Amino acid sequence: MERLIGYVKWISGPVVKIKATEDIRMLEMVKVGRLGLIGEVISTSESEAVIQVYEETEGLRLQEEVIGMGRPLSVALGPGLLGNIFDGIGRPLMDIKNELGDFILRGANPFPLPLTKVWRVKMEIKKGDIVKPGDILARIRETPLVEHRIMCPPDVSGTVIEAKESGDYTVDTVIAKVKDDDGKMHEIKLFHYWPVRKPRPILERTPLEEPLLTGQRVLDLLFPMAKGGTAAIPGGFGTGKTVTQHQLAKWADADVIIYIGCGERGNEMAEVLEDFPRLRDPKTGESLMERLILIANISNMPVAAREASIFTGITIGEYFRDMGYDVAIMADSTSRWAEALREIAGRLEEMPAEEGFPAYLPTRLAEFYERAGRVKTLGGRKGSISIIGAVSPPGGDFSEPVTQHTRRFIRCFWALDKELASARHFPSVNWLNSYTEYFEDLKLWFKQNVAEDFQSLRNWTINLLQEESNLQRIAQLVGVGVLPEPQKLILLVAKMIKEGFLRQNAYDPIDTYCSLRKGYLILKLMRMYYERALSLIREGMLTQKIEELPITSKIIRLSFSVPETKIEDEFAFLAEELDREFRELEANYRKVLSYRRREQFA
Amino acid sequence: MLEYAGVKKISGPLIFIESLPELLYGEVVEIFSPDGEEKLGKVIELGDELAVIQVFGETGGLSPSRTRIRLSNDTFKIGVSRDVIGRIFNGMGRPIDGGPEIVAEEFLDVNGFAINPVSRSYPRDFIQTGISAIDVTMTVVRGQKLPIFSGSGLPHNELAVQIARQAKIYDRDFAIVFAAMGVKHDIARYFIESFEKSGALRKSVVFLNLANDPVIERLITPRCALTIAEYLAFGMGMHVLVILTDMTNYCEALRELSSRRGEIPGRKGYPGYMYSDLASIYERAGKIRDRDGSITQIPILSMPEDDIAHPIPDLTGYITEGQIVLSRELYRKGIYPPINILPSLSRLMKSGIGEGKTRKDHPHLSDQLYAAYSHAVWVRNLAAIVGEEELSQKERLYLKFADSFETRFMRQGFEEERSIEESLDIGWEVLTTLPEEELHRVTMEEIEEFYRRFRRA
Repeated sequence: MERLIGYVKWISGPVVKIKATEDIRMLEMVKVGRLGLIGEVISTSESEAVIQVYEETEGLRLQEEVIGMGRPLSVALGPGLLGNIFDGIGRPLMDIKNELGDFILRGANPFPLPLTKVWRVKMEIKKGDIVKPGDILARIRETPLVEHRIMCPPDVSGTVIEAKESGDYTVDTVIAKVKDDDGKMHEIKLFHYWPVRKPRPILERTPLEEPLLTGQRVLDLLFPMAKGGTAAIPGGFGTGKTVTQHQLAKWADADVIIYIGCGERGNEMAEVLEDFPRLRDPKTGESLMERLILIANISNMPVAAREASIFTGITIGEYFRDMGYDVAIMADSTSRWAEALREIAGRLEEMPAEEGFPAYLPTRLAEFYERAGRVKTLGGRKGSISIIGAVSPPGGDFSEPVTQHTRRFIRCFWALDKELASARHFPSVNWLNSYTEYFEDLKLWFKQNVAEDFQSLRNWTINLLQEESNLQRIAQLVGVGVLPEPQKLILLVAKMIKEGFLRQNAYDPIDTYCSLRKGYLILKLMRMYYERALSLIREGMLTQKIEELPITSKIIRLSFSVPETKIEDEFAFLAEELDREFRELEANYRKVLSYRRREQFA
Repeated sequence: MLEYAGVKKISGPLIFIESLPELLYGEVVEIFSPDGEEKLGKVIELGDELAVIQVFGETGGLSPSRTRIRLSNDTFKIGVSRDVIGRIFNGMGRPIDGGPEIVAEEFLDVNGFAINPVSRSYPRDFIQTGISAIDVTMTVVRGQKLPIFSGSGLPHNELAVQIARQAKIYDRDFAIVFAAMGVKHDIARYFIESFEKSGALRKSVVFLNLANDPVIERLITPRCALTIAEYLAFGMGMHVLVILTDMTNYCEALRELSSRRGEIPGRKGYPGYMYSDLASIYERAGKIRDRDGSITQIPILSMPEDDIAHPIPDLTGYITEGQIVLSRELYRKGIYPPINILPSLSRLMKSGIGEGKTRKDHPHLSDQLYAAYSHAVWVRNLAAIVGEEELSQKERLYLKFADSFETRFMRQGFEEERSIEESLDIGWEVLTTLPEEELHRVTMEEIEEFYRRFRRA
């Protein structure tokens, strides 16, 4: 299918224009020049085509040949993806390293999946079977965490003419031949190609009703997102976007995680590669690397490939969704991706809209986020894709175009806050500016799976924090001292919630992951504390006396001092202690009161 | 070598010539003015009819018909060898110290190539700078890129010199690569003299593009410096500390070129690709698996109007692994180094501190100092509004803490070098201003072991 399609006639950065000698199709993948640089057709006419090149173009000359590959930019989908790391256009970085060394030179074009690795394949079809798109043809235990299901590709259906027995095969073995209604033969291998810009077909979308749990208290209990939902994490530099994304990649309860490092730091990728193999999945005890796929286009890799990286990632995600898995995709950072769009648009001298971004920025963002969802797959299985995109607004200003447009396509907004970050309150999720639109859909789930009073506890927490922020404004003008005691109590309990619940230390072995149950129990203790304290304060007790109770600091320390396994016992113990300390305080107080009263009478 | 006479058009630092099939995109060319003066240029756009050349230097004196261009058939490369150590170069990598030309072992493209993320080794080795504020609250590790965000008139140069002098980066072969971009003559001299005094000059490679040197040359200077640094680090296995100053001048040059090219401007007129361009500099730091050397980068930039949201510090902060932010307010109070720890950060510190690296109490202590100081600053602002008398007993303790944190912990002499143990101890010492129940970020065991010890003392 490879053929000569034209000659280079203009070069500027990653954009190359060619004189067309053939009819060139939009989005066709091409190889440019003697170096064989990989690119994609982004505009085409009778005589000319524009190509965005995914590799550095220095050293290219005019008149060099351009070869069309006969297919759009695609990824190879098959066993060998898990635990692996790819660049923005789906090339395996391990193989690039083996071929070119420690630095990414140009012109590497290794096959995306391990060709020599032998997989133990369990066949599910035999000769004579009728297969349709999405049917499972074979199974491979790819990693201890994920069974790889080889499916009939979306564009193939018909009768199985030939099928291999179960056995050990490499990825490019033909395991079956299928003859379709038109009599055309299709060879089925363990992998197939799929264009990255074309969403994989599904049967239908289904409602979202389960939360994507992340092990992060503030997210799971206050601003939960749904499996199949979309969320954005906006925040200025240093607010902890990447750490939060890493935490989600570690602890989110999805079957497969796809982490797209898009225009970010090389060391962050190195960190994931070094740390994840050592981390264990809290449910199965297996290494977290077994369910992870990394797409890395770091900030000094070519900008056009950054644009593609997001679509490469989501296409792989859809493939695993079609197998019937819950997939979570983290994209860090979508702003860098938008900037790549801007850079290419600028090179093409397209008319800019806001802040130099092209007018189609919202369309592209929508194309990305709309590929999330909970679906019934072609094979009739249930699967979902959740997308969590980090946004890096210039100057931390959320009114800029990328944040604003992103807001239109997401339903969960986890706003990171510079001030919290500078006080080292992490995750620096601002509890006043963040929101989730999924809670209504998930209400029932929480009620059935956590506790009857979950919603009321959550409302209590949010209201108390809201009230505290109003009080803080007053306190900043007049000082805390003049506030009435019940309001001082609100400040105290809000502080406990902030220190002991909202804050969560990603680097603490106990605190890094928190179950829903543990988060719920912590809040429950805080509400018990508040209610007991309030009734005492109504009788004239001072907030300061209550704060001095040892239980106060024990509740605050609960999150990082008590592991998951001991939380039920500790909760019961602390609830008792809370009761005892308050009773003692109350008894002493009554003694003092009656003593005073007697003195008054005397 | 192909050579041809005559150019179509000259505009600012750009020359437009007739396009030739031999030209390479990114090719470096020599340009001869009518008076025989020689300059370098680079092809930045290659079209059917015209090619655009960016000139590193002034275009004054050039004329369309009498300018000659010589092709090199190569991209911008620089000759590297171990002999560059101890030498001084101009912004384009030509020796200006009167010494001999460098006999190159190899010629390397100044743009370098991205390190494959799978080849990177995550930086985890603590570097003691001897400065408490940095070592305890924004620890530097080997292979990190940690810029200093400063403002005009603040002592960022002193701080950089102190770090370069005291940093225990060197358990073996080391080098300092220093690149000045648009820096005033006396500041460049200050650095060189300081290196000389500490004996580091023998181990340094200096690149000077001074304030009166051609602006466009600045775009090449850091790339020359980093190409040398990469050669020394990953070729020769040395630990290299790279100081780049002042990145603001670099960005100004980028903006100037961009506007000359008629590109669509982004924020404040800086080009939309400034993030990618800066990343192509800052990302050239780190460590590579199975190789000995490392590159640690300390870029210095002055924030225009002390505004951290300005595009230059903003984009830098998004790429680098943290930042050290200097504060005018602290400096006015007479505190050196005037590091405002609240907006400062080291993203890599977590992997370089704690048991076996610094001390086991380090992570929590650092967290606690941040939390307490941040609250103390809040109380200080409150006191400015309501008056100190209105503050509670506890809030007054926080005021005391802020003062002792700034004067005891943060302030230290330009020549004063503190070991990490000393710095951590001082951290605990200033925390004793606060009552025990205020410390929620440290464990009970740490309170037992450290807090109470210093409280008693």
